[in-house]
Amino acid sequence: MKDQHLISLTVNGEPHEVLAESRRTLADVLRHDLGYTGTHLGCEHGICGACTVLVDGVPARSCLMFGVQADGAEIGTVEGLADGDRLSDLQEAFSRRHGLQCGFCTPGFLMLAEAFLAENPGATREEIREAVSANLCRCTGYQGIVEAVTEVAESRRERA
Amino acid sequence: MTGHGQGWIGKSFARKEDHRLLTGRGCFVDDRPRPDALHAAFVRSPVASAARVSVDLSEVSGVDGVRAAFASGELGVSGLTALLDREEFTATSMPILATGAVRYAGEPLAIVLAEDPYAAEDGAERASVDFEARQAVTSIEEALAPGAQGVHDELAANTFLDVAPFSDDEIDDVLASAPCVVRTSLRTGRQNALPLEPRGCLAEWVDRDEQLVLHVSTQVPHQVRTAAARCLGLAERQVRVVVTDVGGGFGLKCVVGREEIAAAAAALRLRRPVKWIEDRSEGLSASFHGRQQQYDVRAAFDAGGRILALDADIRCDVGAYSVFPFTSGVEPLMASAELPGVYRVPRYRARARAVATNKAPTAPYRGVSRPQIVAVMERLMERAARELSVDPLELRRRNLIDSFPYTGINGITYDPGSYRESLDLCERRLREEGWFDSRDGDRRVGIGFACFNERTGYGTEAFAQRKMAVVPGYDISEARMDPAGWVTVTTGTSAHGQGHETTLAQIAADQLGLHPDRIKVRQGDTDLVSYGWGTFGSRSAAIGGGAVRLSASRLADKIRTVAAHLLDTEAGNVDLVDGWCRRRDNQEDGLPIAEVAEVSYLRANRLPKDVDPGLSAEAAFDVLTSGTFSNATHGVVVELDPGTGSPRILRYLVVEDCGVVINPKIVDGQVRGGVAQGIAGALYEEIGYDAEGQPTAASLMDYLVPTASEIPEIGVEHLETPCAFTETGAKGMGEGGTIGAPAAVLNAVNDALRGTGVELDALPVRPEHIHRALERNR
Ligand code: FES
Ligand code: FES
Repeated sequence: MKDQHLISLTVNGEPHEVLAESRRTLADVLRHDLGYTGTHLGCEHGICGACTVLVDGVPARSCLMFGVQADGAEIGTVEGLADGDRLSDLQEAFSRRHGLQCGFCTPGFLMLAEAFLAENPGATREEIREAVSANLCRCTGYQGIVEAVTEVAESRRERA
Repeated sequence: MTGHGQGWIGKSFARKEDHRLLTGRGCFVDDRPRPDALHAAFVRSPVASAARVSVDLSEVSGVDGVRAAFASGELGVSGLTALLDREEFTATSMPILATGAVRYAGEPLAIVLAEDPYAAEDGAERASVDFEARQAVTSIEEALAPGAQGVHDELAANTFLDVAPFSDDEIDDVLASAPCVVRTSLRTGRQNALPLEPRGCLAEWVDRDEQLVLHVSTQVPHQVRTAAARCLGLAERQVRVVVTDVGGGFGLKCVVGREEIAAAAAALRLRRPVKWIEDRSEGLSASFHGRQQQYDVRAAFDAGGRILALDADIRCDVGAYSVFPFTSGVEPLMASAELPGVYRVPRYRARARAVATNKAPTAPYRGVSRPQIVAVMERLMERAARELSVDPLELRRRNLIDSFPYTGINGITYDPGSYRESLDLCERRLREEGWFDSRDGDRRVGIGFACFNERTGYGTEAFAQRKMAVVPGYDISEARMDPAGWVTVTTGTSAHGQGHETTLAQIAADQLGLHPDRIKVRQGDTDLVSYGWGTFGSRSAAIGGGAVRLSASRLADKIRTVAAHLLDTEAGNVDLVDGWCRRRDNQEDGLPIAEVAEVSYLRANRLPKDVDPGLSAEAAFDVLTSGTFSNATHGVVVELDPGTGSPRILRYLVVEDCGVVINPKIVDGQVRGGVAQGIAGALYEEIGYDAEGQPTAASLMDYLVPTASEIPEIGVEHLETPCAFTETGAKGMGEGGTIGAPAAVLNAVNDALRGTGVELDALPVRPEHIHRALERNR
């Protein structure tokens, strides 16, 4: 086959090498070549945010990046959030606050929120609402999502 | 009543679904790893209407990675024909791949199969489509104009269905002589339900089972099985539909898609698994739409503000095809049957039409027609109140149905609800919070209300009235305990985000005296349940939950029988509590349910003589009335930006009554998500079409889905009028949020526009409409 590139990338701490066509999106590399199917595709044109992953710690829409652009990068996906079967505080809060229904948008929101809270530990509820406006959810009306992220922001601040 | 309340019903029990979904271990249809699968892409029509079309696939097979391509006729499948058993309905067939004529832009013409999805798209791009374009019919007005181009030859006047279910010869006289007659000409835009997970399927022939296994993102697995078997010429047994996690459906996934059948046919021919995953542009432009309707309605009131008569002309733009199994009649039939809603209407006349146009076909979308009929009635209430100088909430109170059961002029019997109480409470809250005072002063603040009911628990009898060729309604469940005392409950409903694994487990837990964690709910597999109608129309808790309660209660009976034998007492003296069978007359005496399970399978010699080994029970449940009716009042406060016309929602409150609330957290989530979709239809989302019949919103750049910035916090309060017609006392509630929001928002915007002389009657309301109204008044 033509136009294949050998790329190496680290996903949730695991090193991988993969042969990818240059037009293959990072999302497809993660989902179909490496089996990280937690990252979802809701639009494939950069609007919905379901495909959000962390690329070197920064949230990125993996449908808008090519796999080859991630050569050498550290990728964080939803599969890396829990510690074994123990959910992270943010995952727990999503469940407690009913921040998910069908769960399709959820990985994108979790990755977005993790990166946002890391950058903005002092964020207010309104800032959080604005930040999560980057992604679409069709089921929840967003309230549970905003509440979950806000609750985690507050409890992380208290613990800090 | 069996079982002695463990009290799992009514608890905000954490969802059993959440762990896998939060850790990325959910399994949506595209998540199944199938390295050997071929991937499908469709060649779609570039034009909305052509008398003749042909596809040349000769260039396709040469593309790297492409393995096959089929146009209609080469696939060996028959089309989908949805039937209504009514004279006023004209059946039309929807071919799996268009042949001969093309009827909407994006209609599938051919399927291309390749080793990966990229190659499949490359292949599809190399197809050349030859057509003889003709005038596209792009609106209800064009479709109904004399001499209009016909969308289907067999349709008279481009009308699939033209019904006048309610007639009244004297209504014209009443309207002519009434002290007050008000009208509305409500228009609503075309929407896409937009589940975040696109449609998709994976089809595979499994030799050992002699079965086509079809994994599909659907709400209705058995209905897909029936349709696939018919189209492919297989016995139902030869098709197994499996549904795992589904990323939203909202009605769009409760009809059968042509693409799923085409992929299955290709898998049969090629004897290789075939996967198709819709992309968002296909989804927006060429899946299914809903909601595009026009109403011209007059209502007569007496001097005291009581409705005397209602006269409605309803036209629904249902697009180019009648969808399987619900048909294009679903919107007009629902609208005309239920328009009177929560109000006492002594005289009623309605005509309702399903109008064919050269646009994507419509499917039921969350609430089906009821967002519109509620908006119509609530606009009429506001207008009449103004004409008669009565407070609009007072006018509603004078007309609300207030004694139950009530049989309306539409022949529907309404079960008890809290129509009056929900309005009172909603008003009281907004008053207490001072919102009524915020209407004074210079700011453009408006308050809108909507009172409505929603028919849920739509059982066989209610569907039979619609006269579909297939009659949905009942559901079936089996409850089975294994030798270790763990339970599997099956259901014919099929969740797409509603948390049924949790809710149904709560219902069974109360019957069996077990923790819900000991109960696994299995759904979405046609080999598990003999038949089930899936999840749509808010039916799952009321009907699916009823079947689960019955099967679990029968299983509990058997457990009690065996336990009684082992405890040397009567079955009636055994309670199932916290995993134990306890003697009612001596709570100290008992044995673990797990022991009964073990005896039933592994030590059957200890069973009483007349009891079969094993522990399982099956039950079916149906609501044998007009249905059950949830009700609610929505109250919303909106402020308009005088500079831009943008509306901002300051407060949103829902007071709702869905009978017994099984899991309050899940119910609130359904309400809020529903309201968000209703606000979307009221203010943002619309799929327009240009004069050539090309959709103008084919990406999320143009189709404005509201985000967390546009959707406010939504307050929810519950009233509980338990339902006498369901096993659980629950009424359905999945659609109510979406049903009430457009009416409430439209009323609030119009209230904020008071004094401008402008009233807006078209949805979505856009800032430019508001801005124009404000400018006129300046
Ligand atoms: S799938 Fe990447 S933004 Fe929607
Ligand atoms: S939970 Fe379904 S899209 Fe967000």
